[in-house]
Amino acid sequence: MQKTHTALFLTLFVFFLLPKVSSARNEIPEFFVSPPPFSEGIFPCSNYHKDMEANTNRRELSYHEDIKLKHFEGWCFDCHNPNDRDKLRLASGKVIPFTESYYLCGQCHGDIFRDWKAGVHGRRTGQWNGKKEYRLCVSCHWPHEPRFRPLEPLPPPVNPEDNKYKKVTPDQIPLNPLNNISDKLR
Amino acid sequence: MPNDIKNKILQKPFSRRALLKGGALGLASLALPVGNADASIWEAFFQKHFKEMNDDEIQAVIKRMEKEYGEEYGLNFNIKNTKPLPGTLFGYGLDVSRCIGCRRCVYACVKENNQSMQPQIQWITVLRFKKGEKWVSSLEESEVYYAPPEVPEEGHFYMPVQCQQCENPPCVKVCPTQATWKERDGIIVIDYNWCIGCRYCMAACPYGARHFNWGKPNRAKQEYNAETHYLGNRPRYKGVVEKCTFCIQRTRENPGRYPACVEICPVGARKFGNLLDPDSEIRYCIENKRVFRLKEDLNTSPKFYYFFAT
Repeated sequence: MQKTHTALFLTLFVFFLLPKVSSARNEIPEFFVSPPPFSEGIFPCSNYHKDMEANTNRRELSYHEDIKLKHFEGWCFDCHNPNDRDKLRLASGKVIPFTESYYLCGQCHGDIFRDWKAGVHGRRTGQWNGKKEYRLCVSCHWPHEPRFRPLEPLPPPVNPEDNKYKKVTPDQIPLNPLNNISDKLR
Repeated sequence: MPNDIKNKILQKPFSRRALLKGGALGLASLALPVGNADASIWEAFFQKHFKEMNDDEIQAVIKRMEKEYGEEYGLNFNIKNTKPLPGTLFGYGLDVSRCIGCRRCVYACVKENNQSMQPQIQWITVLRFKKGEKWVSSLEESEVYYAPPEVPEEGHFYMPVQCQQCENPPCVKVCPTQATWKERDGIIVIDYNWCIGCRYCMAACPYGARHFNWGKPNRAKQEYNAETHYLGNRPRYKGVVEKCTFCIQRTRENPGRYPACVEICPVGARKFGNLLDPDSEIRYCIENKRVFRLKEDLNTSPKFYYFFAT
């Protein structure tokens, strides 16, 4: 009798409860994701690495000297794939393209990956009830030194005291300071 | 007093009441724009309350306004009168742990919503607090005019404040002309043609979210945004109050864009969505993050949720 009960409960669990748990906000949303922000001319990496044999020893590089890893105690091949430089490699050995680099980041930053999928971490553009535009983690965090870089703030509001009785001609009307900053920092 | 004189006084041509009535009417007629023959001024003078007009009447008003604005600003304004979407209650989330105080939102808002640049009006105020000091209960001690070379600054954090779109809005209660009200999708709107500029609503608002046009709004002609909504970002007049409308001209569409401040935020601290949709971003924040609302003890019940993502 008890066995039947357990079996019945297990069947119920498998058929009704499990799918619910696994589907809840777990999949990668099928929204537009912006392309990876490569430096100009650097991709595909295989252009340069094609004839080079991969040296898997940890060492100071003679090229890419601008990259100082300030992220974790790791090195290039923890993320880059020695066998195909145009791809990245997860800890599991799975190879992924640069356009899906969020899987790589999500290996350690699972909580943030979860928020990003729900649309709560990171900048979001598009339509609130339609097509949403996500950004890759690397669009805002340079992966080799991921801390968000400080920005220059836009001017503070005018103190009403300084502005009393001030009359201006049309050509003296200040312009929006947003026009002066580059697209990337907007 | 001889009787005949007394009778003469009693038979005076006007009673005291009639004289006062007539005088008052005469004075009132002076206030009418009689001297000005322009029909649109008469129409504006006798315009009905927004909620009492039917769609045709609103369209006529909008047509008149588009003409007026066109003459004044030399631009083809498009004034929408989009109705609230059914099943929508807008909510806003702001991640205090991510905001870096860069003020991009302030100026994106100005760009989108046609605020005056001189005298300056901004709908978003970014407050700076020192870490470890009293903050939510004493907003007056915050710094608004901070201007370091780079943000975020060590030992500080930032909290932008704008209209909180209260469910129980004190500003609406005090308006003597009912020029401001709460729409079905939760946005508090103002009819700038019914606002008489008494500024009661500014006194009633506990968030300092409402701003008054002390002078004629001025803005460089090329910077006007011609895509407007009647209850939102159409150009304002001198002597009226204005405030954030969750970018009503963008959001009240299907599909509708995010508000300008959400789109610009470089750190993604601003979230927006439908509170009635269980899959929306704002609902995720409320269900999964530590959330608070500003001055909750006042029972205004804002639909603007501050949260900490980390």
